[in-house]
Amino acid sequence: MQTGNKVLRIDYEKCTGCRLCELVCSVRHDHVSNPERSRIRVIKWEAEGVYVPMTCQQCEDAPCVNACPAKALARNQELGRVEIDYDVCIGCRTCVSVCPFGAMNFIASDRRVTKCDLCDGDPQCVRFCEVEAIEFIPASEVGHDKRRKAARRLQQSEGKATALLADA
Amino acid sequence: MALKRKIAYIDLSSGKTKVKPIPIEIRKKFLGGRGLDAYLLYNHTKKGIDPLGPDNALLISGGLLTATCASATARTHIMAKSPLTGLLGSANMGGFFAPELAWAGFHHLVITGRAEKPVYIFIHDGEIEIRDAAAIWGMSTTEAQWAIRRELSDDEIKSLVIGQAGENLVRFANVMTGIKNSGGRSGMGCVMGSKNLKAVAVRGTGDIAIAHPMEALEYNKRFIDQITSSKVNQTQGTLGTPFIWGATNSWGGIRTRNFQYNQCEYADDIEPERIDEIATETIGPYHMTGCFGCQVHCRAQYKIPSGPYAGKYDEGPEYTSQGAFGGEPDCKSAVTVLTGNHLVDQYGVDNLEIGSIISWAMELYELGILTSEQTDGLDLRFGNDEALLEMVHRICNRKGWLGDTLADGGIPAAKKIGKKSFDYLIQVKGMSNLHSDERATPALALNIATASRGSDHLRSRPAIDLYHLPEKVLRKIYSSPVAYDGPLSSEHTSYVGKAWQVFWQENCYMAVDCLGICKYHTVFLGPTLPNFEDWPKVIYYNTGLEMSPTEIWEVAERCNMIERLFNLREGLIRTDLEKGDMLNHRYFDEPCRRGAPEVIGAKIDRDKFKQMIDEFYSHKGLDDKGLPRPETLTRLGLRDEPSQML
Repeated sequence: MQTGNKVLRIDYEKCTGCRLCELVCSVRHDHVSNPERSRIRVIKWEAEGVYVPMTCQQCEDAPCVNACPAKALARNQELGRVEIDYDVCIGCRTCVSVCPFGAMNFIASDRRVTKCDLCDGDPQCVRFCEVEAIEFIPASEVGHDKRRKAARRLQQSEGKATALLADA
Repeated sequence: MALKRKIAYIDLSSGKTKVKPIPIEIRKKFLGGRGLDAYLLYNHTKKGIDPLGPDNALLISGGLLTATCASATARTHIMAKSPLTGLLGSANMGGFFAPELAWAGFHHLVITGRAEKPVYIFIHDGEIEIRDAAAIWGMSTTEAQWAIRRELSDDEIKSLVIGQAGENLVRFANVMTGIKNSGGRSGMGCVMGSKNLKAVAVRGTGDIAIAHPMEALEYNKRFIDQITSSKVNQTQGTLGTPFIWGATNSWGGIRTRNFQYNQCEYADDIEPERIDEIATETIGPYHMTGCFGCQVHCRAQYKIPSGPYAGKYDEGPEYTSQGAFGGEPDCKSAVTVLTGNHLVDQYGVDNLEIGSIISWAMELYELGILTSEQTDGLDLRFGNDEALLEMVHRICNRKGWLGDTLADGGIPAAKKIGKKSFDYLIQVKGMSNLHSDERATPALALNIATASRGSDHLRSRPAIDLYHLPEKVLRKIYSSPVAYDGPLSSEHTSYVGKAWQVFWQENCYMAVDCLGICKYHTVFLGPTLPNFEDWPKVIYYNTGLEMSPTEIWEVAERCNMIERLFNLREGLIRTDLEKGDMLNHRYFDEPCRRGAPEVIGAKIDRDKFKQMIDEFYSHKGLDDKGLPRPETLTRLGLRDEPSQML
């Protein structure tokens, strides 16, 4: 399946904070249940009810790729992801330091770095997220949907503003 | 072998701990969670112990499937001898605590003794520490949780805590985790308070092995599709449990003004749609949240829109809070319900019990049984929202004569108040009834009368009885995994076949409580949801344990029986109004005054009720006194209990 042009889109407002994505990610990749191993983590501020799923953005000009002293990281165009060559990786964790999203995960028990591989084109986090807080969509659609939502918000707020003016 | 699970014994008096594996033969007999806790309680407590003394054992556990690749298995179970009832104490809650406990290395904790000064237990990756809690004693449930995280510099720590109610030994104080997940019933927070135990904090980074990971993953997807395609769960995921309120109140199943009416009139402000509106206004369109790995997301998030607590963030309210702060005291304001819900979450007290007991006091006040001297001048009339919320503060702080009296629970309070106050107390085995009115629904009445932890709707309630499902559908559900060819009736006012339905549900709910599954994922509100036939594969793929539907049923029967043995040991007598399988006289004597045509005038028939209990006992293998027949104990392998194997 050609998935090179697809990306993960996360809408954190929709996230209910259930962390099923973390569970299925660790089962899919490591065959155990352990969120510490998950390539996606839901960061929470429980006191405010804010939940934000964080994972690799598969950056086009990726800091991890650029910074890796062993050249163990590279972009796979076909699958649209940045991937690690474990035969080359020296485990220095430079990628962990430079990733702006905290998406590079160092697994202490295995002494190695892991990252999202988009499950080779069928991301399990997407498959299991019933509220669709994570979607796997063509890159070209990301901006379009966002624009449409923003336009609706703008239109509605202008409607409210007009009503306020009418009241005054 | 996927099932390498451990149990930790923690003695707070000596500070000593020990760790044991859970043998597979024990697993096969009791599975885990509530069932294994019941075994441990029966084995680790002696007859007649003081529930608030060091000899009481506090058990905290996850289910067999908790932290595996099975959705909605995050339930934490807590058990001890109840300081409210003197019988079995048991509470069950969602959230994120139990899986974290599992990743930290344990599935069961047995906590005994009493610490000399306030402490909390910190468990992390197999290590158990008992730490000083002086700095967090006195804090609310959420303050304490965030303070523990700050102290240990880890935002991922999950804690099970008590609030001020537990510290003040309010007999129905609960244990809490997160913003509102509550192990609510039977005073487990009071037991923690008596042990000087403010919290159990856990943090785990270990693996939980999955026996057949890819199969477990695929099967879980199938399960989720089954769950999310259910209309009931879709509604639940939009409106939360308040949706039950709208339906139940419309036909007349909500007790109002304690027990004077069975329908709360003119209550538009506390209807589910209104609660949803407030959540949308204060949080936004996506305001539902859920427990670990669950797709039902049945809790709303909200901010209190006005009043003295305006702007405070909380989750819920549940159906129970609508009754506790809405119907029972006949206060019909959303702000009052949302504020009451917030206060109980912060104090750490059972909303169901406190709401029920305050509306009982309101009835006594209006009848003149309670005087204004006893209320310290508080005008405790029905419909007085301010007085209702003031009583919550007083009870949790044991303030004033009435606050202190009610904090001891209904029966002790009735003894202190005297006169005819006990006649008006709506309780079973010393625990207050939910705000639902069961006079028109014999099956539900049988459920609350016989529930093992005292009056309760989550032990054996055949809630689907209200749907008037065709007999064919009922038969499909209720004649598996064991055959049943007796009568069944689609009519909710009937007594026919109800004893079997309650017996079946009792085993179904015990099974999910052993597995750690939430009740919204089985035949509770939705008839199409998974049950015995669906569980063997989940268990096998995740743990490697081979169990047939009938074997799971047998485990459930066994676990229910050991709970019965505990209650009998502690003084359960069939017809005893304080400690028996019995209902308040008002169920038999006062007919329903409101509701649907077939509900008006309904009350429970004494003879038919007795007959239903007889039938129920016979299904369970009990004699007519409610004692297990010797052959039942033999069949269930319980002749040698307590067997001291763990």
